[in-house]
Amino acid sequence: MVESDGSLSGMRIAPSALIVAGVMAIAIIPALAALGLSASSSGAPNWDYLWQAARFTLLQATFSTLLSAGLAVPVALVLARRNFVGRSLLMQLFAVPQSLPPLVAVLGLLALFGQAGLIAGMPSIYGLSGILLAHVFFNLPFAVRLLLAGLDTIPGESWRLAAQLGMGRVEIFRIIERPVIVQALPGIAGLIFMLCVTSFTIVLTLGGGPRAATLEVAIYQALRFDYEPRLALMLSLAQLVLCAAFMAFATRFATPMAASAGMGVRSERPTTRGALDAPLLLLAGLFVAAPLAAVAVAGLEADVLKLLTQARTWQAIATSTLIAVAAASLALALALPLARMAGRGVKAFQLLGQITLLIPPIVLGAGWFLLGHRLPDWSAPLFVILGNALMALPFALTALLGAFTRAAAVDDRLCESLGLQGLARLRLIDWPQLRRAVALAFVLAVMVSFGDLGVIAFFGTEDFVTLPFLLFQRLGSYRTDDAAGLALILMLLALALAGLADRLGERRT
Amino acid sequence: MIRLENVEYIAGDFRAGFDAEIPKGSFVGILGPSGGGKTTLLCLLAGFAQPQAGRIWMAGEDVTQATPAARPVTMLFQEHNLFAHLSAFENAALGLAPSLTLSAGETAQVEAALARVGLAGKAGNKPAELSGGERQRVALARALLRDKPVLLLDEPFAGLGPKLRREMLQLVMDLQAERGLTVILVSHEPDDLKMAASHAAFISQGRMSAIVPIARFFDEPQLADYL
Repeated sequence: MVESDGSLSGMRIAPSALIVAGVMAIAIIPALAALGLSASSSGAPNWDYLWQAARFTLLQATFSTLLSAGLAVPVALVLARRNFVGRSLLMQLFAVPQSLPPLVAVLGLLALFGQAGLIAGMPSIYGLSGILLAHVFFNLPFAVRLLLAGLDTIPGESWRLAAQLGMGRVEIFRIIERPVIVQALPGIAGLIFMLCVTSFTIVLTLGGGPRAATLEVAIYQALRFDYEPRLALMLSLAQLVLCAAFMAFATRFATPMAASAGMGVRSERPTTRGALDAPLLLLAGLFVAAPLAAVAVAGLEADVLKLLTQARTWQAIATSTLIAVAAASLALALALPLARMAGRGVKAFQLLGQITLLIPPIVLGAGWFLLGHRLPDWSAPLFVILGNALMALPFALTALLGAFTRAAAVDDRLCESLGLQGLARLRLIDWPQLRRAVALAFVLAVMVSFGDLGVIAFFGTEDFVTLPFLLFQRLGSYRTDDAAGLALILMLLALALAGLADRLGERRT
Repeated sequence: MIRLENVEYIAGDFRAGFDAEIPKGSFVGILGPSGGGKTTLLCLLAGFAQPQAGRIWMAGEDVTQATPAARPVTMLFQEHNLFAHLSAFENAALGLAPSLTLSAGETAQVEAALARVGLAGKAGNKPAELSGGERQRVALARALLRDKPVLLLDEPFAGLGPKLRREMLQLVMDLQAERGLTVILVSHEPDDLKMAASHAAFISQGRMSAIVPIARFFDEPQLADYL
């Protein structure tokens, strides 16, 4: 199929892209095979448990999506309608959760609502309520930014028309704003739903028991706690079916471009005010800012400086750094040939880069975990690097795709007509134009890997500890102070990386 | 009659100054390079831009502070004149009622306006199902329904082929004659002016030449450089 694509448009498939496809097949197929082989192992299938996990997965994802997307609509509308001091600050705040590792948010919510939290007398945060809180923390600001990006596409002429025709607030909403929102919402909701279906860390840490376990968390528990490969296989199959069904459904809607989520630049639209605007924005801002502030406060109280004198902390930071740099390098090595081919319009290679949307990293991790049993210890970091690289691949590919699509549209013909090729083309044409996109892709991949708890959860040991895994261990052994301090370190590192990515992304345009 | 009295407009590096009188019922063509201030002139008249100094008069009234909806003006843009999710009928009907609640009489009015611009069978079509020329016809139908004495055209036919452009201009000329409209047309095409305009002026670097009868316009020396 790939070859026919290529020959149809008279286009060569670069050998490097085929090598990438081969490498990915070598990474993925044995994992699935190992899972499949466990079908022959003993143990009665636990259908009740499977059904419960599947139901809880869908339930929490549905509620998370309804809450996040539903609340985002009024917030985005008010932000689009008004211009005020601090608006850009609020937009920057709304961009923060997306770049935070889930564990940081979990620690922030625990610091606020946990048993020893700042806000006393709350019902237990563990279970559905905590999961929903964390998911809304991540996805409400995300949805606001995507909706605003949609509202920003309303052409200036529409606002002139509204003024000329004398439209009031109600008419502007009915005729101009509502259609944009109605068009954008299914894609946004679908994206959030998928993020929540595959949300692992939040459910693992805030679920608090088998009653509140999603399929992915159940897979992890089936292998690491109970060692029931057969159950893990069943759960994995259920998760794969869920992802595949959803992907098939989601392709009907335009997916919002996460990369183009703007800062909400207001064009020519007139400012309109409502009485509830200020309280609404204040609440939304507080909802996002409070957990971040709580992480900072709890981290400082926990004596983060003492943590920084401990060898174990530095060991974890060093391991995380090594893993992240290796995973990002691998992700980039995979993404570059894919982006080149995808930029030339060979869709199959773009889909290949997004394989982890179809086969979640947890399922891959489960397969590798079963393989790893028969392999020596030193293989564990390799699996984590591989897993993180595949997780980061969609982000790296998105960061590259714009620049490569433009390069393919503009430069390919010009270079061919001039006979520019090989190293000369790379040095003179490609590198100067693409290096910023490449750097951005690398930083994004480092961010994904640095904050990940999914794959490391399978392979982490006392001797192989990343920063998120150390935090997770401390949390599990109720060393709350250490966990709070580590969360602050992790948050600061993530924010530094996000700042770097922002600057790279900005100057690219 | 429209009068711009020492109007000054500044936006960033761009400065424009206008001092002119446009006779009632005239068809004024505006020619000039991109970025010279042609659209700015129309936006000042329509109320989409506020001058920093000077006054704008229409039919004896000072409209400098008036909102766009309160001015006796309809403006057609080069594109995005229609809302993509509304039918041709609804887009035109916005000119009568922005809430789209119409009486039976108003519904008939909208249908008549669409028929007048040659879209009788296409009331139910969405903009995506209309050609570029048809979309601008819908915008013209809406202008008819708004029934304002001044019509501002910001290169609304720029994307159309020569024959279609002539047809559209002819339609505007007919409507002008029927309703006694004052029309100001911004264009890149000298031919448009030759065909439709009674008067013309040249705008460049934020300044407008005197408005002269079309017969004299093409003899102006400053035009030679542009043409």
